Amino acid sequence: MANQNRPLSPHLQVYRPQITSFLSILHRATGVVLAIGALFFTYWLLAATYGPAKFAAAQALFGSLIGQLVLWGFTFSVFYHLANGIRHMAWDAGWGFELDRLRITGWLTIVFAAAMTVLTLVVAYSAAGGA
Amino acid sequence: MQMRSYLGRSRGLGSANEGVHHWWMQRLTGVALVPLSVWFVFAAAGLVGADLTEFKAWVGRHGNPVMLILLTVAMFHHTVLGMQVVIEDYVHSETAKVVSLTVVNLLAWLCGASCIFAVLRLTFGG
Repeated sequence: MANQNRPLSPHLQVYRPQITSFLSILHRATGVVLAIGALFFTYWLLAATYGPAKFAAAQALFGSLIGQLVLWGFTFSVFYHLANGIRHMAWDAGWGFELDRLRITGWLTIVFAAAMTVLTLVVAYSAAGGA
Repeated sequence: MQMRSYLGRSRGLGSANEGVHHWWMQRLTGVALVPLSVWFVFAAAGLVGADLTEFKAWVGRHGNPVMLILLTVAMFHHTVLGMQVVIEDYVHSETAKVVSLTVVNLLAWLCGASCIFAVLRLTFGG
């Protein structure tokens, strides 16, 4: 039988927050967020098969204030998870483990995700303005 | 000291008997999702405020149905692989683990099939 009281290795709360650990946790968090996003994607496509009223309701839900905030969150999550995923593949290839490279690529990931999110918002709000 | 048999080493399947399959499929679907997700985000941003007629026209245009179906397959496959790791890390009860893995898998199949059906219906249906 396993001894339930055996000592555990030091856990998250005893470490000083660092960009490396923060981005690692953010990768998983955005992944879970995007799993929920996949459900909204399904709802959006399915709503369209139920006719104009159901689709208009879906569009109105996404267009509401909370809907917009949620979509911004999904947008940032897509671009962060994408950029950090590429960072993971660089590590798979053995590149970028040095601390200075980890920090540089980490910040690049954040900047990329923020910039692409802003760019998407520009496209979305100009589409909304033109419609 | 080498603790594994030569046969086990040459098979290269590891203790879970699946080798690098999970890792490889996660990378493969991830690479596919790079262009697919960027394409989708900007396409969806352009569909803000669209009505059903405009939406149907977009879904059925040129390569869009194929892109949407590829996105659906890669996205749900990648989601299942990722959620599996999260569940295995945090759900310690064997029963809860098996149940949640099953639910996530079947839900992904259900949603994936629904998305593909919707794309086909919006493309070909009246």
